[in-house]
Parts: sequence; structure tokens; C-alpha cells
Amino acid sequence: MTQALLDIHVERKTFAATTVLDNIHLQLQPGETVSLLGPSGCGKSTLLRIIAGLETDFEGRLISRTEPLAFVFQEPRLMPWLTVEQNIGFVDDDRYDKAWVAQLIEEVGLAGFAAALPKTLSGGMAQRVAIARGLYSRPRVLLLDEPFSAVDAFTRMKLQDLLLQLAQRHAIALLLVTHDVDEALYLSDRVLVMDNRPSSIRQELSVRLNHPRDRRDSLLAQLKALCLTELHRAHVI
Amino acid sequence: MSRNSNDLTGKHLDARLALSASGKIPLFDSARWQLRAKGLVLPVLIIVVLEIIVRIGWLPYYQMPAPSEIAMTLGDLAEGALWKHIGASLLRVLLGFAIGAGLALMFAAWVGLSREAEAYLEPTFAGLRSIPSLAWVPLLLLWLGIDETSKVVLIAIGAFFPVYLNGVAAIRNIDRKLVEVGHMYGFSRRRLVRRILLPAALPGLFTGLRSGMSLAWMFLVAAELIAATKGLGYLLSDGRETSRPDIVLAAIIVLAVLGKLSDGILASLEKRWLAWRDTFNGQST
Repeated sequence: MTQALLDIHVERKTFAATTVLDNIHLQLQPGETVSLLGPSGCGKSTLLRIIAGLETDFEGRLISRTEPLAFVFQEPRLMPWLTVEQNIGFVDDDRYDKAWVAQLIEEVGLAGFAAALPKTLSGGMAQRVAIARGLYSRPRVLLLDEPFSAVDAFTRMKLQDLLLQLAQRHAIALLLVTHDVDEALYLSDRVLVMDNRPSSIRQELSVRLNHPRDRRDSLLAQLKALCLTELHRAHVI
Repeated sequence: MSRNSNDLTGKHLDARLALSASGKIPLFDSARWQLRAKGLVLPVLIIVVLEIIVRIGWLPYYQMPAPSEIAMTLGDLAEGALWKHIGASLLRVLLGFAIGAGLALMFAAWVGLSREAEAYLEPTFAGLRSIPSLAWVPLLLLWLGIDETSKVVLIAIGAFFPVYLNGVAAIRNIDRKLVEVGHMYGFSRRRLVRRILLPAALPGLFTGLRSGMSLAWMFLVAAELIAATKGLGYLLSDGRETSRPDIVLAAIIVLAVLGKLSDGILASLEKRWLAWRDTFNGQST
């Protein structure tokens, strides 16, 4: 087995008196896509923030983490005073790699918008910029926190395909937090169904299907039924 | 497939840009002139009505001189002492504003960025703020005498609080989510300030600077009314003492023009630097 890109054990994470995360062990292998599936507010975003290093106050151990690692937030979080181009190269101030940025703009399908300001972009376009900004630092691991929850269903499907394409092209492992069962199954190699509070991993489902997948595949439908049963048992739905 | 549609939108955008760049400029310009003309309607109307009322004797000319007479007075002044007064006032305002706003920006950054500094400083500033700034006048006169220093200090005090208050608020209103992006990238404190906090706080800072500037003019007049041998405030009290309402009104007009000019400079800087803001600009009807 190859060295995991990410290996973390969270024994406990509490906010005031509430235990949010309880005994979670998570590994991410190179090239793998893993989804954390659970309802909003179950602590899965907190887990992602711990992995990203945005949350440092928890009981447990970060066994290994491969840098560079990038984060795509639920909202695009673009700097409104910077152009698309400057936002993508944000981490390098004004000395960003112009050619690489131009390539990324092309790859996320925003050719011609390099000099546009965020206020002129639609929600889906802004999230494309956010993904490009995530890719700029050439990460091995991309963490995504419900990245497509704010866009309409059709845009979401397009962005999901785009994400898979980019992950494959640049050999990036994805760790995705979502509350969308279809999204989790369509994108992932493994889906981790989370328990409701305190969260732990209730069940791990492997999705043994090659990419590109067909959204209508019967295996996806079967797995979806399984997921829903588990979520029902967890008193989520 | 998705690429295709994006190329299309790109072309549309280019086409729209091209249109506004070539064909639309004269139209846009005339619309702007129309807007300006609308702004002139009311003042012109007032001037004309006043002129008529005074000329036909409904208002006594020794209380309300005719607009044409004020213009003549202004012309006379412009050939003589007006420039000296304007120069003196302008210097005081700019100096006082620079000192007051500069200190305010410094303290606002300090208090805004650090909760520790806020705990130490904010109660004191809140207390000082509740003192009506003109209450400082007697003390300033006692301590600093009646020459330039006391005037500049008074103006600085006047400009300080709006800039400080808006500055702190601007920093504290920054979207936490944007700051988190900086944390994600492991930005140092300095880099965080330069790349995220400062640009994000700029709109609020400008609001503070503009109201600070208008207060600086207000305190200038207060300072010069109290004790001065030159300046626009002196011109005002001189006009009153010599029963010359035309001089008073001429000084008021000059103050209005200067206030508008200084605010206009800040406003145009604001417009240039904050073009990225996605704000409501009013409806056309």
C-alpha cells in the first residue's frame, strides 16, 4: 500500500459542552476521491477545517498530511477588489505565474474573463474561479466544503464533471464534504456516511465504478438506497 | 459542450464591451450632462427669484443683498484680500485634517486589529468622544494661545473622531470568510493586512475620511470666528461687524466651493479605488 496523502485521527472535538466529532479515523490515498456525507451541521465541515489546519483545538493526532493542500470553500470567497486572474494567483501576491493562471482559466472554462471583477460573475463562474485558485498552488490534495451547494442543479452537474476532469488531469486526491447523496456517489471512490451528533463515521461505502460514470447507472441507484437507509437509521432523515 | 457555451458568452461580452467603447460614448456623455443640468435647476431658480425679490424691494438690500451684488463683492474681494484668507484657511484645514486623520487611522488600525488595544483604548476614546469638541476651545486658547497652533489642534480634534470611528468599524466589519482565506494560505500578519484587511476596509475608511474632512471645515470656521486676523471665518465675522451681509454671503459661498472641492477630490479617489464594489447606484426614475 502506498503512503497515504492524509492520515488523521480525531478522538474528540467539542464546541463548549457539545461533542461534535467522536473517534474518527480518516485516510486519503493518492488519486482517490472520498466524500463525507451527512446533514448540515453534523460536524463534517469541522473535520475538514481541522484537516486544513484552520481549526487546531481538538483531541487527536494529525498523523500525516501531504503539502501543498488546498481548500475550496462553500462560497467562492473571491476578493472583490481583484480580477479573476489576480484572485487565482492570490497566494503569490503580484508575482503570480501568469502562464499557469492563464492555463487554469482556460481549463475551468473561463477564457476571456481574466480581467473581469467578481461582481460581474455568476455564482457558477465564481465557483470555477475558486476551484482554479485552489489548483494554482499545484496541490496533491484538494479539500472541498460543500462546494456546489449554492448553485443550481444543472450548473452543479457541470461543475462536478469539471472537478473530476481537473482532479484526474493534475493527479489530485479529493476530499469532499457534501449533503448531496447523488453528488457523493457520482464523484467518489469511497463515501463515508456520517452519524448525527456526535459525528463519527457510520459506514464506508466503496463505489466500484470507472470514470466517466453514467449518472443513471443502476449501481449508483442501489448505493443511494443503501445510503438513505443508513442516514435514516442515523435519524438524519 | 460547456466550453462552447462559454466561448459564446465570452464573445457576447466582447461585443457588448466594444459597443459601449465605440458607439455609446456620446449618448453616455449627454446623459451625464443632463444629470448635471438637473442639479443646476434649483440653485439657478433660487438665484433668479432672489434677484427679482430684492430688486423690486420685497427684501431690504441691507439684510439680503441681491445675488448680482454678492457676485460684485466677490469680484472685488478676489482682486484684494480674498486669496490671503483662502490661503490661510486652506493651510489650517489641510494641516489639521492631516494630523487628525493620520492619528485617527493609526489608532483605528491598532484598535481594530487588536482586542487588547481595544480593551485599553476604546473606553478612553468613547469618553473623549462624548465631549462636544467645541468644549475644548477655552482650554486650547489657555494652553496654546490664540495663534495658529490652537486652531490646527481644534481642527485635528474635529477630524479625528469620524475617521477613527469609521476606521474601527470598517476593520471590524470585514467579512471573516475572506480573512479565513488568508489564514488558509498561512499569511503573516503584515501580509494579511496588506492583501486582505486594508483593501476590504477601504470603503469604510473613505466614509470616515470624507466626514472627517467636512468636520475639519466646520471646526475651521469655529476656530476662526473665535479669534483670527485672517481666514474665511475672520471674513465672516468681519462682515457681521461692518454690517456687510454681502461679505458674509461671499465668504459662505467660498466656503461651500472649497468644501465641495475637497470632498470632490476624496470622492473621485474613492470612485477610482473602489470601482470593484458591487453596490446599488439608485434607480433611473
